[in-house]
Amino acid sequence: MISFSNVTKRHSNSFESLKGVSFEVGEGELVIVTGHSGAGKSTLLKLAAGIEYPTSGSVIVAGQNISRLRSQALAILRRNIGLIFQDHKLLFDRNVFENVVLPLSINGYSRADAARRVRAALDKVGLLGREKENPIQLSGGEQQRLCIARAIVNRPAIMIADEPTGNLDAEYGGAIMDLFKSFNQVGVTMLISTHDEALATRYNPRRLHLDKGKLAVEAIA
Amino acid sequence: MTVWLRHQQDALVRTLQRFGRTPLATSLSILVIAVTLALPVGLYLALLNLHGIAGRINAEPQISLFLALEATPSDVQAVETRLKMHHAVAQFKFISKEEAFEEMRTATRFGDALEALDKNPLPDAFVIRSKSSDPAVLEALRDDLAMLSKVEHIQLDSAWAKRLADFSNAGEKVVLMLSVALGAALLAVTGNTIRLQILTQREEIEVGRLIGASDDYVRRPYLYFGALQGLLGGVLALALAVVGLLWLSTNLVEIIRVYAPDFRPGVVPWKTGATVIVLPTILGWLGAYASVSMYLRQIRPR
Repeated sequence: MISFSNVTKRHSNSFESLKGVSFEVGEGELVIVTGHSGAGKSTLLKLAAGIEYPTSGSVIVAGQNISRLRSQALAILRRNIGLIFQDHKLLFDRNVFENVVLPLSINGYSRADAARRVRAALDKVGLLGREKENPIQLSGGEQQRLCIARAIVNRPAIMIADEPTGNLDAEYGGAIMDLFKSFNQVGVTMLISTHDEALATRYNPRRLHLDKGKLAVEAIA
Repeated sequence: MTVWLRHQQDALVRTLQRFGRTPLATSLSILVIAVTLALPVGLYLALLNLHGIAGRINAEPQISLFLALEATPSDVQAVETRLKMHHAVAQFKFISKEEAFEEMRTATRFGDALEALDKNPLPDAFVIRSKSSDPAVLEALRDDLAMLSKVEHIQLDSAWAKRLADFSNAGEKVVLMLSVALGAALLAVTGNTIRLQILTQREEIEVGRLIGASDDYVRRPYLYFGALQGLLGGVLALALAVVGLLWLSTNLVEIIRVYAPDFRPGVVPWKTGATVIVLPTILGWLGAYASVSMYLRQIRPR
């Protein structure tokens, strides 16, 4: 489902955040990317989501080479990827419902169908009944769950989450990981980065450990 | 097809929401467009009316010959005979003083004043059409006829109508130039409005792209916005131009109707009206397209 082949990412200041990284994530797999801050976890995830492009090597997602995709094809690919960001990337001029319905509007769902799916997604993350609230009224953990609801509402085949529990306490973090596990159990391919060792080992998943941009350890559960 | 329609509907709703979020700024932009367009539209409508008036007045030069008030029927007969024989005269028409009085009484608002007069102050007259419209020939004919007995006054008519037609044609060129210049201004106004919108909605665009919004999806509401702004600007410009013309022509209507009885300054031909509304809509769409294409390239998800 996701394949990195000898991927190097060099930034404009010549800093290499990834150096010759190769790995594959199979369909329905749950893979945790670990490493210290600055190890290259976020870069790896951005490459997998087509937000950035490799300097060398290839990134193949759902059979498509990210570097060769035109913007329209990349947009269609992203509709199959649920992205969860550490900084949530919520729109604060829209309410909870409007934030979650966004991917469905992009996909052209009917209003009734979209509303039904939004309610189901919000129910899944425990925010049902708060559709009219502005995200600013939610706590950090609730905002993260809202971000997850937006990522799952489209029922994507792949979910990529960058430090999804970074701003949460252990209890909330555990709950979020449980949620991810439940998605994985229904066949969703998961690529999650974290620097929290406890969470990384919670379900004993396959782990990719990055150290200074290099794949240091690949542990199979 | 259904998805395409839903996207259009969604884009229209988002456009209207944007209108609703910044009603003052949007209204001011529409007003700027309307005022910008009202000038060439107003001028064009004025020229259309001018064309109408000039068209109703015979642009072929003619000579009006007025006899002295004391001219007798035999004097009239003598002039008529001379006109029949003159090689430069194509045709002529005699208007008796009685006919002229009656026409003036019924066609103008001086009827009451004329009724109060003791006697008819108007002379017998001939309206003469020359075989040639060459100014030299016309002047020679005028001078020739002025020599006839009992001819009090003679004047070359319709020269001003010709000048009016020339002025109208020159005005059309001015309107065309103004339209091109102000059309470019409309493109710039729309482009700038869209640029500001893109800057304020940068985050929304970034997030949209991250979750799979295509360039078309992102671009569509801006195009609708530009087109709708142009449409409303065009409608308002037309209204401003019509009201302005009506106001300006209030005092002129009576005079103009002497020459063009069916003169109606507020009436806009449907083709003109449609052009004034459709063209700014297209220009608004084009301005938005140019702006959104230019600035969207600079926004990449991070």
